[in-house]
Amino acid sequence: MNSDAHPLARIAPEPGVSKPDPILVLDSVLRAFGGLRAVDVNHLEIQRGTITSLIGPNGAGKTTLFNVLTGFDRPEAGKWELNGGPLVGIPSFRVARKGMVRTFQLTKSLARLTVLENVLVAAKDQVGETFFGALFGRWRHIEEANEERAMRELKRFGLEHMVDEYAGSLSGGQRKLLEMARALMVEPEVVMLDEPMAGVNPALTQSLLSHIMALRDDGKTVVFIEHDMDVVQEISDWVVVMSQGAVIAEGPPAHIASNPEVIDAYLGRDHGEVP
Amino acid sequence: MQTTRRILIAAILAILAVVLTPLAAFAEDESIKGRLEKIDGEEREPVGGVTITVELDGEEIGTAESNDNGEWEIPVPGAGTYLVRLEVDTLPDGVALTDPEKFELPDVSVRNNQNKTTRFNLGPGLTSGVSTYERVGSLFVIGLKFGAIIALSSIGLSLIFGVTGLVNFAHGDLVTLGAVIAFWFNAAGGGPRWHILLAAVPAVLLVAGFGGLQERNLWRPLRNRGTGLVAMIVVSIGLSFVIRYAILVVFSGLPRPFRDYAIQDDIQILGITTVPKNLAIIGFTAVVLALIGLFLTRTKLGTAMRAVADNSDLAESSGIDVQRVILVTWIVGAGLAGLGGVMFGISEQVQWDMGFKLLLLIFSAVILGGLGTAYGAMLGGFIVGVAVELSTLVIPVEFKTAVALAILIAMLLVRPQGLLGVRERIG
Amino acid sequence: MDLVKILIDAGRTAVGVPAAAYALSSIGLNLQFGYTGLLNFGHVASMLVGAYGMAITVDSGGPLWLGVIVGIVAALILGLILGVPTLRLRADYLAIVTIAAGEILRLTVRSSWAAPLTKGIFGIQQFADPFFDVNPIPVGLYGIGRFRFDERTMWVLLLGWGLVALATLFMWKLTRSPWGRAIRAIRDDEDAALSLGKNVFGYKLQSLMVGGAIGALAGMFLAIDQQNVNPDAYIPLLTFYAFTIVILGGPGTLFGPIIGSIIFWFLFEFLDGFMTAAVLEGWFGDVLDSTDIGPIRFALFGIGLMWLMIYRPQGLFGRREEMLIGEQ
Repeated sequence: MNSDAHPLARIAPEPGVSKPDPILVLDSVLRAFGGLRAVDVNHLEIQRGTITSLIGPNGAGKTTLFNVLTGFDRPEAGKWELNGGPLVGIPSFRVARKGMVRTFQLTKSLARLTVLENVLVAAKDQVGETFFGALFGRWRHIEEANEERAMRELKRFGLEHMVDEYAGSLSGGQRKLLEMARALMVEPEVVMLDEPMAGVNPALTQSLLSHIMALRDDGKTVVFIEHDMDVVQEISDWVVVMSQGAVIAEGPPAHIASNPEVIDAYLGRDHGEVP
Repeated sequence: MQTTRRILIAAILAILAVVLTPLAAFAEDESIKGRLEKIDGEEREPVGGVTITVELDGEEIGTAESNDNGEWEIPVPGAGTYLVRLEVDTLPDGVALTDPEKFELPDVSVRNNQNKTTRFNLGPGLTSGVSTYERVGSLFVIGLKFGAIIALSSIGLSLIFGVTGLVNFAHGDLVTLGAVIAFWFNAAGGGPRWHILLAAVPAVLLVAGFGGLQERNLWRPLRNRGTGLVAMIVVSIGLSFVIRYAILVVFSGLPRPFRDYAIQDDIQILGITTVPKNLAIIGFTAVVLALIGLFLTRTKLGTAMRAVADNSDLAESSGIDVQRVILVTWIVGAGLAGLGGVMFGISEQVQWDMGFKLLLLIFSAVILGGLGTAYGAMLGGFIVGVAVELSTLVIPVEFKTAVALAILIAMLLVRPQGLLGVRERIG
Repeated sequence: MDLVKILIDAGRTAVGVPAAAYALSSIGLNLQFGYTGLLNFGHVASMLVGAYGMAITVDSGGPLWLGVIVGIVAALILGLILGVPTLRLRADYLAIVTIAAGEILRLTVRSSWAAPLTKGIFGIQQFADPFFDVNPIPVGLYGIGRFRFDERTMWVLLLGWGLVALATLFMWKLTRSPWGRAIRAIRDDEDAALSLGKNVFGYKLQSLMVGGAIGALAGMFLAIDQQNVNPDAYIPLLTFYAFTIVILGGPGTLFGPIIGSIIFWFLFEFLDGFMTAAVLEGWFGDVLDSTDIGPIRFALFGIGLMWLMIYRPQGLFGRREEMLIGEQ
């Protein structure tokens, strides 16, 4: 995967290392539940235009970190920036508008909206989405343009034949695809995927992987949480390992796979989930 | 015309005076008189047995005690300016001067042959006259009693929310059901007419059983169908109508007291006036709450209950039979609500919608303490009960329940998880 | 038993004032509950502030039209005050706060403290004369047989169903727009809507306020018909009439509230007539008498609400796929 020309090729594989063109920078982010430090990240940078995977045993704080970064949860301390702009205290919907969109581990499809509506609702800058705009605004031509774009996204994920179905009637794998299509409709710079492969049958996994790689090729930055080491090896440019809330290692996939600390972190847990 | 009428009236009065003179001992020469009435809103009530003293230049002229109609009269030697004093410590309980400063009227001038009428304004004791300590103290006791009833009724709601996520809007009607069943065993015509303490036993057991039945036959099947939170809440509203109006059909709309402890004489403890049943309710509830505390911390079932409330998936994976725990929670919670209803009935009366009226206070208590926690419901219950009663010191009684809502909204703004709850984890 | 008479009476109610009033009220609740998923258990409060806003304005010497504006503004403010502390929290908190607020509002209006303005327990009467003074309908009875209305009722019905039509048109415009899609998205999954950049709180607040304003119109309409506002009319039960109607007609559908209201009032009135006749004919012997009919009707109403929510949450005529309401 990683050619020598890759911008991350010369970066030292150690936790908190700085990168040439970071889009997302975290500093001293702490989120505690009672006495438990669910997230305690000293410093972390995510390189623009790469696929970074976030791995670690159950309870390592990966999803909590996602929640904090996207405004779904509030940390006790810390700051983080997107494109140099601070995101601390910004509500989740504004984080999305600023260009960082997330998906959820358990897919959240809008069950009683049609597949097309699911994607259309994600479009930005629709004047018809304001109360008075809906009543008096001229939103139809915007809607038409959005529909065209939505159809393109749906086609890309192979859902164009079910645009008028209720999202609630889709299979689990189709919902994952729909969720990604929907996220892209927001035109994000950073896509945060929380276990996009969980619960998806193996046949669909390959297609999901190629979609994720296509995102990078479009110039987007992808951060995704994954358990399956094979998947991580296959598509990531960089791997960040979390354990007990902290980043214990980061580096290129090949390096991480042989890192004894990482192996410890996985095998040392009693969950029996060896990646 | 005018003159004739006046003469006629004067004549009648003269005849009356002659006839009545032997009866009204002091109706001749000069006197000071009055009528003591306690005025409480629309109600007027004569106050008897109160001592009034008249003085002239520091010397006591005479004294009298008001009769059952509140009337008193003291003859005075002649025209002049007298001091009239009401002996405050002879006022009965619950009656006080509306202005505590005005127990003496220093300048009562009496003309020749005048029966001068003077007036002392009396009102309910709590607004004045009684010392602040006594007022606050007796309201505090009432508040604690009310809080005990709320606490008992709240625990079930909170625990059921904890283990199933359901806010049961029919919970208040379990309170009513407890009171009504106890009423049947205690005071109904066709019932066994047991003592209320005995009647409480089948009331609590039957309501507990009803809770279990509800869980088994309604809520569990709904959960298994994957019914959502919103739908379940609406179902509980429907159920509350069914229970409430079924009770109305059977019990009728008339509020009725239990046969025992309905009316009690006041007692004094530490200078605070209250009725014994208030103290009994507080004491008994304290014991029950302590037992609940022990049950939750010391028994296997209790700890399982808390574990399920904490995280039901985790509890299930650690081998706890979650369905059974939920069933027990319903049985215990409903039983406690039934007990709360019996207490409420002893404290006041039994009425078909008493529980529904209590529901708002239960919600306040539960949210204040932390939805899902048993101890929070207990703590919240007492705080709400006391706050609601003490509030009557400063705001009109009509707004008592508004205080509970104010607490509720303030809590949601400041700390939605409640005093004893923990911040919720998202995702 | 005169079944025909009972049916006709029920039919008259089903197109009469209560049906129109609750169709309107339910349109407001449908926006909140059916489209946005807000569990507003205090809908009656917006009916109350609407009716009282109007009645107090007229009672203090203002014109009726100003009263209507005051009523609507009061409902908008009520929505704002209730929504701000609760809309960020879970659905059940909103339910608790709104049902409590409705009761508190009723007690406040009823209190001697507010009596100088609200006339306490006596309420305010005769404030809608200007409306009846301009009744253009000639004196007479309109309809066939027992199914007749006098000119006063016809004038009120014209207003009522006219308002229903206007509100439906308004809802059509609103819910077919991207705004309507956004609130439906929020109803289906709040977190998903947030992750897509939707200001969930803002939408919910708008929905609560606008739905409340429509509820206020319904309250005013009822008050105009009765020429009377009285605090004890605004009990929580009214909210649940509206809930039952919304679910009956299908939550989140344009014509649901209208269909629901007609069916609801037909059944409700039929039940009353039927049971009264049955008691008179001695069907229930000594077990029930005529005073029990009211409570029994409400108990049956509760059963009906439960049954609907469990078996037909998408409404009597809703599609199976829409059954997914509120389910994960």
